[in-house]
Amino acid sequence: MGIENLFLGFQIAITPYNLFVAVIGITLGTIIGVLPGLGGANGVAILLPLTFTMPPTSAIILLTSLYWGALFGGAITSILFNIPGEPWSVATTFDGYPLARQGQGGQALTAAFTSSFVGALFSIVLITFFAPLLAEIALRFGPPEFFAIQLLTFSSFIGLGGGNPLKSLVSILLGFILSAVGLDIVTGQLRMTFGFVDLMKGFDFIVAVIGLFGIGEILISVEEGLSFHGVRTGMNLRVVLDTWRILPRYARTFVRGAFIGFWMGFKPGGATPASFMSYAFAKRFSRNPERFGKGELEGVVAPETAAHAAGVAAILPMITLGIPGSPTAAVMLGGLIIWGLQPGPLLFKEKPEFVWGLIASMYTGNVIGVLMVLAFVPLFAAILRIPFAILTPVIVVVCAVGSYAVHNNTIDIWYMVIFGVVGYVFKKLDYPLAPLVLALVLGDLAENALRQSLIMSQGSLAIFVARPISGAITSVAILFFALPVLTPWWRRLRGVPAVRRAAREI
Amino acid sequence: MRVADLVTASVLLLVGGVVVFDAVGIGIGWGTDGPKSGFFPFWLGVLLVAACGLILVQAARRVDAKPFVRREQLGPVLKVLWPAVALVVLTLWLGLYVSAALYTGFYMRWIGRHSWLAVLAVAVLFPLATFFVFEKWFLVPMPKGPLEAWLGQ
Repeated sequence: MGIENLFLGFQIAITPYNLFVAVIGITLGTIIGVLPGLGGANGVAILLPLTFTMPPTSAIILLTSLYWGALFGGAITSILFNIPGEPWSVATTFDGYPLARQGQGGQALTAAFTSSFVGALFSIVLITFFAPLLAEIALRFGPPEFFAIQLLTFSSFIGLGGGNPLKSLVSILLGFILSAVGLDIVTGQLRMTFGFVDLMKGFDFIVAVIGLFGIGEILISVEEGLSFHGVRTGMNLRVVLDTWRILPRYARTFVRGAFIGFWMGFKPGGATPASFMSYAFAKRFSRNPERFGKGELEGVVAPETAAHAAGVAAILPMITLGIPGSPTAAVMLGGLIIWGLQPGPLLFKEKPEFVWGLIASMYTGNVIGVLMVLAFVPLFAAILRIPFAILTPVIVVVCAVGSYAVHNNTIDIWYMVIFGVVGYVFKKLDYPLAPLVLALVLGDLAENALRQSLIMSQGSLAIFVARPISGAITSVAILFFALPVLTPWWRRLRGVPAVRRAAREI
Repeated sequence: MRVADLVTASVLLLVGGVVVFDAVGIGIGWGTDGPKSGFFPFWLGVLLVAACGLILVQAARRVDAKPFVRREQLGPVLKVLWPAVALVVLTLWLGLYVSAALYTGFYMRWIGRHSWLAVLAVAVLFPLATFFVFEKWFLVPMPKGPLEAWLGQ
């Protein structure tokens, strides 16, 4: 049955209008990915208001295409400018930038785009088969199961996210608190408004995303001076074909990266650890690990495959469970709600043309995407040659326009600036931003699931462990929450000397 | 870094306290139809206070001489930040398009030292392009001021 549905999806995705939408999305997405301060999440957020008048399927195709474009564009800045546009592009800079400095930029870019494409395709094929199954299972979920999944989502940031678990927790709590500001839709009560009319509407996650990731990112990036420095590159068909002849050598790296990416990616916050993990594995299994970090092509292939596979995999929980796997997917989920669709497993039953149109467009979008970026790299890279003093005000104005368009309210532009400063401070102090955004998006859903569960059980928290599925998920979540406490304890048990541990921490 | 860490955690701790205070005022117990409105925020606030307390302890114990931001880093950051704030203030008075023109033009001249011709071209064309894409093409209205009113938009 999957194949027929996919066929139906392709009929929707290959209509001229939707193909046109995909091309526009990828072009804009690549530009956004190249521009410093703009990335997938806030790019999608800024464009979201423009999709209100479009049919939902075309709207989601536009936004997902934008996402693919941004993923491709991130590789351009990492390799040519040594600026990782997104956290998961950091590992790409390790070998990508040295390659570009050695005049091998074209080769590195070709390898990056091809790896991205392979990683994405792998995840899309898996999504095609697993999404309907997962949706089928999720249909039997009640409020306790959904709350348990939310717990799992946020526990994985704390247990697996790296960094300071307390700071991850603070980010999550802050996101939930911000989402609770304003009118409580269940009881009609005002919360945390302190008499201010403007606070009644609460905080919109789109504005938060634009401020935190957009303005905050610019503030961070200008610390090293008010300019961007890049390496020029020659890119032509000859370079592309020559690189493609070498790439099959790295078949193992591709497969490993794709698996790591998918596995990490459908859990929230997975793309960044996936890219680093894939890079580390590639280095470990390489015959010449000493060349990593100095311009080894495999060091570009590994993180790019994993990051793109993870980026695509983040769509899986969004369409099947209604729980996004990444900040960008979170913004898209917000879009779904605005377009009048109820995200979650019912989507497969009620709007098959939407879901399958989306899945089919992931195939077409990535094929179009890889061809377009390969063909137009010089054009996209030229964007960063626009002088800083023009680029920065343009980006800030675009961010302001995107924030205002959400509710036609100027207070949102203020919020954007404030979130920008908060993003700058948080980023410097290692408070992760992704969990904050995810919590802000999921706040109402999580609170409702919790309330309904507690009503079902008449106030007893035991409901989350008593039901088999939610019990299993809750246990894993509790394990993740406890991981930061358990790990040092476990190390001590195994007798790792304290001195060495302390040395490693420094 | 240490001082910034302490200050941020203290501010967030205060936020947590305010949340708890507000939640208690609304009611954190069991209402007629399930948990009251303050239930969820109350526990969020309590956890936030606890987590920030632990971060404060961590940060206080650590020795860290690295400054949060160096003087030569702060300069460029402020040079991006305050014009952006000015843009927002101007938007309230003059509408977005005129403010965007002034802001872009000023920034190009001040930071980039571009020629007046380039400044004029970008400062006029960019807001115009924004106007047509958002206002005309996608029908998303932006805040407007006296100039648009005078032009009859």
